[in-house]
Amino acid sequence: MASLADKTAVSGAAPGLRGVPFTLALIAVAVVIFAFGRWLDSSYAFFIGYVVVQYIVLGTAWNILGGYTGYVNFGITAFFAIGAYSTVALHKLVPTLPLPVMIVVSGVLAGLVGLGTGYLTLRLRGVFFSIATLALAVVVQTLITNWDFVGGARGAYVLRPKVAPLIGGEYVQYLFLLMLGMGVIVLATARAIERSSLGYGFAAIRDDEGAAEASGVPTLKLKLIATTLSGGFMGMAGAPLPFYVTYLDPASGFSLNYAVNAIAMPLIGGTGSWLGPVVGAVLVGGLQEYLRVTISSAVNVLVAGVLMVAFVIAAPQGIVGLFQRKR
Amino acid sequence: MAVSLDLLMNAVISGLLLGGFYAAVSVGVAISFGLLDVVNIAHPAFILLGSYVAFIGNTVFGIDPILAAAIMLPAFYLLGMALYQVYYVAFERRDDQSLRGLSFFFGVLFITEVTLVLIFGVDYRTVQAPYIGPSLNLGLFDLPLRLLVPFLVSMVMVVGLQLFLSRTFVGRAVQAVAQDQQALRLMAANPTKIKRIAFGLSIATASLAGACLIIIQPVEPSIGREYIGRIFAICVLGGLGSFPGMVIAAMTLGIAESLTATFFGPSWAPAVSFGILLVTLAVRPSGILGR
Repeated sequence: MASLADKTAVSGAAPGLRGVPFTLALIAVAVVIFAFGRWLDSSYAFFIGYVVVQYIVLGTAWNILGGYTGYVNFGITAFFAIGAYSTVALHKLVPTLPLPVMIVVSGVLAGLVGLGTGYLTLRLRGVFFSIATLALAVVVQTLITNWDFVGGARGAYVLRPKVAPLIGGEYVQYLFLLMLGMGVIVLATARAIERSSLGYGFAAIRDDEGAAEASGVPTLKLKLIATTLSGGFMGMAGAPLPFYVTYLDPASGFSLNYAVNAIAMPLIGGTGSWLGPVVGAVLVGGLQEYLRVTISSAVNVLVAGVLMVAFVIAAPQGIVGLFQRKR
Repeated sequence: MAVSLDLLMNAVISGLLLGGFYAAVSVGVAISFGLLDVVNIAHPAFILLGSYVAFIGNTVFGIDPILAAAIMLPAFYLLGMALYQVYYVAFERRDDQSLRGLSFFFGVLFITEVTLVLIFGVDYRTVQAPYIGPSLNLGLFDLPLRLLVPFLVSMVMVVGLQLFLSRTFVGRAVQAVAQDQQALRLMAANPTKIKRIAFGLSIATASLAGACLIIIQPVEPSIGREYIGRIFAICVLGGLGSFPGMVIAAMTLGIAESLTATFFGPSWAPAVSFGILLVTLAVRPSGILGR
């Protein structure tokens, strides 16, 4: 791995041509999934699919910072809710604004919050960043609760249009399609980071930050890139939420379930590569939905927490790690 | 402006009393995070567990909530020792504290909270005690006993722990672990054993702090999260591992929150601790009385 240390110059997330076949494959998979959903023609399938893909996006976004650089972000709900409430506010200001535009705005806002939090706390030991993000979730919730324009503590209603634009059919199909698109973007970015000098820089920070700094890795800059990207993607994942739930209040928008799931899924799947969060989200998301239908909705939220604790103790490399060791 | 002065006076007094209680809430983390370097973000969940234990003791057995908490101290101590043992075997020994160790405590926090929701539901719970309700009127201001009793209990606990750490053999050993584990090992002492005792103590404080919490305000399982920001703001502002610094920081936060609640409305109070935490981390990460 010695030659990798030379590749410390930051070249951004430009993967060159290498990432193109992977991205095309992702798009193909997304198209197949969507076509399958259309063929099933069940809105239940779309509602479930939306949640699972949302967790793929959230988990991968968390993993870009947590898994690649080793900095733990507990404030997922803060970024996620910033995205969701940007949509509420924008929808109220300009009701005709198309959803993709709101997603981009949400991503930019959440990314800026990530940059700010990172800038203030990332010079210190990693644990201070984690604590600050925990507190960030509480403070953003306080701000939203006191902000009457987006409903305050009472919550906000968003009318879901009956028919999806462009593709026809139910609106939830459009939401699912957008979420699939975000999934493709996030996964392509994550894999491109892994294969680029940026990813080697992140790994150097994770393995030994002092040594990385000493050998010329611009650690603060890389950490800020990771926090911004990670926060931005979480905000994007939250943007369609108001249209999905149609009623959003601070208690549900800041539910701890989002944070636990987004951390548990990469840890269960494996934090080393882009595949881990996908495996974790599909397995845990599927299991939760199964338990919600068969037992109760109270039990299904416990599952992610219990599995996460079990995995970090017994299988620190996650499912992907278990599989790799066997080969 | 007589009314305003009166208001200010009462806000400062109740802030001071509240701050004393915050010291009891934070003292467990001052031990685990400040002295042992174990970032136990699940501590508020154990405080809530303490609240519900006091609630059961009070409503089922009809005993005083603080007495119930005192009876349960050994159980919380053992729980803390067991938790540290798991943490040590799974993370500290593997030198994998940051990512997975933090996630472990986050998982423990979540599991405890959801379990409490499953058992007690999300309704607010209260306790009955003779000192909830009346207040001492001292002419200029009122001293609500509901705040005064937890304040006194908290101060006794914090001072007791400080004396334990500075005067007894085991207490000094805990401070030695905080300073240099390697040196302690060379003296043929087992740092793991001492850390287990200290972590047990830190969780034991959650029992009394929980009883104080349910005396001060009605409790439901998710309010523990509000305390995460407060606890760590206090510990960081006070300087990690310094008890006097922690008490000063707790009083400062109590007064700041009380003033905010009085003049801007109670719904803004949770944001105060985050502001203090962020400013401290950005300006003076070692706190006011840092080691």
